[in-house]
Amino acid sequence: MLLPIIITFLLAFVMLLFKPQKMARFFKFISVIPLLLFLYLLSYLPAVHYGVKSVFFKNDWIPSLGISLDFKIDGLSMLFSLMITGIGTLIYLYAAEYLKKDENIHRFYCYLTLFMGAMLGVVLSDNLITLFVFWELTSISSYFLIGYNTNEEDSRKSALWALSLTGLGGFLMLASFSLIGMVSGTYSINELLTQPGILVNNEYYYIIISLLFAGAFTKSAQFPFHFWLPGAMKAPTPVSAYLHSATMVKAGIYLLARFSPILSGDEVWNYNLMIVGGITMLIGALLSIFHKDMKGLLAYTTISALGIIVFLLGIGTETAYYAACTFILVHALYKATLFLVTGIVDHETHTRDLSVLRGLGKVMPPVAIAAFIAALSSAGIPLTFGFLSKELFYGVTTGTIWTRESVFILTGIMLLTNVFLTSAGFLAGIRPFFGKLPQEFKKIHKPNVFLWLPPVVLSFLTLFFGVLPAIVDQTVINAATSAVFGKSTDMYLVLWHGFNMVLLLSIITIVLGTVLYFTIKPSNKNEGRLKGLDDFSPQTIITNIAVGIRLFAFKYTRFFHNGYLRIYILIIILFFTGIVGYKLFADVPLRVNTEGLSEFRIYEFIVFVITMIAIYIITNTTSRLTSIAALGVVGYSICLIFVFYGAPDLAMTQFAIDTLTVVLFVLVLFKLPPFLKFSNGKIQFRDGIISVSFGVLISLITLQALVSPADKSVSKFYADNAYVMAKGKNVVNVILVDYRGFDTMIETIVLSIAAIGVYSILKYKTQDGEKSE
Amino acid sequence: MERNRNNEKLDKTILRTSANYLLPLLILFSIFLLIRGHYLPGGGFIGGLIASIAFVLHSFAYSPMQTLRMFSIKPFFLIPTGLLVSFLSGLLPVVLGRSFMTGVWFAESVVVIGAFGSALLFDLGVYMVVVGVVLTILFTISENT
Amino acid sequence: MELLLVILVGAFYSAGIYMMFRRSMVKLLLGLLLLGNGANILIFLIGGITKGKAPIIKPQNTEFLEVYADPVPQALILTAIVISFALTAFAIVLLKRVYTTTGSDDLDSLNIQDLDI
Repeated sequence: MLLPIIITFLLAFVMLLFKPQKMARFFKFISVIPLLLFLYLLSYLPAVHYGVKSVFFKNDWIPSLGISLDFKIDGLSMLFSLMITGIGTLIYLYAAEYLKKDENIHRFYCYLTLFMGAMLGVVLSDNLITLFVFWELTSISSYFLIGYNTNEEDSRKSALWALSLTGLGGFLMLASFSLIGMVSGTYSINELLTQPGILVNNEYYYIIISLLFAGAFTKSAQFPFHFWLPGAMKAPTPVSAYLHSATMVKAGIYLLARFSPILSGDEVWNYNLMIVGGITMLIGALLSIFHKDMKGLLAYTTISALGIIVFLLGIGTETAYYAACTFILVHALYKATLFLVTGIVDHETHTRDLSVLRGLGKVMPPVAIAAFIAALSSAGIPLTFGFLSKELFYGVTTGTIWTRESVFILTGIMLLTNVFLTSAGFLAGIRPFFGKLPQEFKKIHKPNVFLWLPPVVLSFLTLFFGVLPAIVDQTVINAATSAVFGKSTDMYLVLWHGFNMVLLLSIITIVLGTVLYFTIKPSNKNEGRLKGLDDFSPQTIITNIAVGIRLFAFKYTRFFHNGYLRIYILIIILFFTGIVGYKLFADVPLRVNTEGLSEFRIYEFIVFVITMIAIYIITNTTSRLTSIAALGVVGYSICLIFVFYGAPDLAMTQFAIDTLTVVLFVLVLFKLPPFLKFSNGKIQFRDGIISVSFGVLISLITLQALVSPADKSVSKFYADNAYVMAKGKNVVNVILVDYRGFDTMIETIVLSIAAIGVYSILKYKTQDGEKSE
Repeated sequence: MERNRNNEKLDKTILRTSANYLLPLLILFSIFLLIRGHYLPGGGFIGGLIASIAFVLHSFAYSPMQTLRMFSIKPFFLIPTGLLVSFLSGLLPVVLGRSFMTGVWFAESVVVIGAFGSALLFDLGVYMVVVGVVLTILFTISENT
Repeated sequence: MELLLVILVGAFYSAGIYMMFRRSMVKLLLGLLLLGNGANILIFLIGGITKGKAPIIKPQNTEFLEVYADPVPQALILTAIVISFALTAFAIVLLKRVYTTTGSDDLDSLNIQDLDI
């Protein structure tokens, strides 16, 4: 299994070699890739169904960390991977025609193939870390797909929303995986399945599942993270059809289903999924019918459908799992059809406005038929695949395990959702194709066969499975359900249950949905009503928080990074003085080491006094010349101090440098501005206090340092070996040119850089505006 | 005007005369400091600085242009030359099969200098860089202000 | 003498910081130089000062026979002094350049914020 996935990724980059203009016709043949993968996966179907229930591929990656590239095909993986590759084949065909004139189509196929490979990786990985890697790859590749129209701001923005939300979710999911690995000692899903109780009874259980929920809910667009999905409709329609009906958003569902046998068993798990799923399915369905944009409407019905699946997984009975697995397939088939149909309509008429589109069935009959079947399936009309799943929903909610009240609540929510979904399906699949054809659409001809064939194939499958459910339920759905349930199941789809409560509910749904369909007229007014809700939507709230954080950052930066150099220094010095001063007084007893201090002579004291006076003059004079003279005095005094304390080299250097510095200042001095008195007395006083306290602090630290003498071993080594090894008697010079010669060499380079800097600053002249020197 | 110029000439006569004699003396002194650095106070940094001061003194007595005229090459080129000398002195032991910047000695105990070896060559490089840097900085500034 | 030097170090630091708080560019540079001097003395002091005995081996000996001043801080300070000259030269030229370009010595007037959301 590793090899096909790696080849898929490699092929993705091969796509980039195609020339879009010249090879446009050949892009159809790329659909061979998903087709071959589909057939390859199909070859494992007998093994999954009749044999060992799962096929395991072992590949080590980083064994010491428990990370492997193990893959496993069981019923659930099979269901998803067949959907990914099967629907993928049709999408590849369709997109070649849909984006025929696009000049970046080779990139599109690269992203799409990357995405498909990543998606297969997600559903086939047995190792949690590998799963996470593929999961993030789907986020990233879908980012490129959603933002495919790079020159539209909306498109880029919604791609970023999708990436940041799913990325955040993925990050939290990784935390959950790490906890799982920590608690159970393994990252292998297969091993986790053999010891289900180990996580449920652990103290970290609630943290694990809440982090896992974060990953699954963001990916599967559950309330309150649902808003990125309608935004992602900015993508080209084939992308919407692929990502938002069959694959990407189903990854979250896959995750929940995959972990159901491992983590379910606690009420929190079930209630959370039921509540979130319930809210999502109701809100999605309710909001969908107000839209007049076909894609917007489909996006909300998708959210609702995902909600239904999560809700069913939350209920967690065998029938519920069975219904969920069935609905995953049902939904993928009819939703992909509707999206593809929308794409055709958009492609031919250049509008997706439901209030304008009418009577298109006359110009594109095959499309109309496909859409019609898909709409019926979404409404759950008998003989379509959708009918079977709808029967199962009501079967679950009216099940015998519930109390009377719960039956009413659950069935009520389900009924409402389905009524809205029914009419939404009619709006998208039936309304544009019936009625009177407007004048401007008369010239439209039948679309290309590669456009209409994929939806027709999908709708045919919808009908086919609806009439002959045994083909799928015995092969895939049963196996998938047993993988989710954790035990083998023996359920099957039935066309006719007889006249009972469930059938009655189905009929009520259809009738109410049809009535609603005729009542609702897609218009701007309805969409306008939704605008009012925007103020309360999670997206607005998150945006406001983001704006607030930015504003805070701006003000914070303004305050600290205000462009006044001295304020920076002031803050740094204040902070330093405060912290170090506090630590010094709080922790260290002040000691002064009076032993071993050298006594001072009178000439030393005179030097000290002269230095202090010079320093005072520098700080207070208003004359530049005076301050520079005083600086010279300071330098020569230091020179004397070096002389007193056995540093002749230092004294000579200091003397020479001091002379040169004064020369330097004198050369430039009168080209420099005179001292101006900018600050008032108050500020001077404040600065004085701060600087004096800083100086006192430094003195105190020095005093403390003097208490414990410095380590002399290095000095001793240098001195002892100066003559023996380096044949020199002036140890300072030996250090400079021999022991630390490399440092000295670097220092000479620094000096050279300074000289070059001076030279270039003075020689370089700007073109205008500057007074020439 | 005329008087001013005369005055200036007169003012500088003493300085110029002394500079004429001080320049070679100071340069000799700086070289002395350089080569005795391994045994007694001195070395490349100090020697280089003293030599620079000698030239600065000369430029004060005359003018930077006249001082520059004494150089057949610009002092700026002393910088790369000095860097090269120090680097090559470090490279010398590599040629002899030892690691970079190991001391190599040519003659034992020459009078005053002490042992003559790669360390002195290195110091010579430092000396040249320091002279080059200081003179470049000061002459560039005085030319451009 | 150590105590006097401790006071001197404090004075250098105070004066240096005080000068850096001023708005005038030249004062900023002077402050920087004072700080550098203070740091040199500080290193010298912490290394332990010894009166009068330079770290130089007597001509007739091959190793130290008596107390000597610590050579390591001296080597450090020597390089620091030379570098500080290069720094001063560069800074002073930079200041001059800023002054000729902007015509202002006021550090605050250089504060042009182009930041906006």
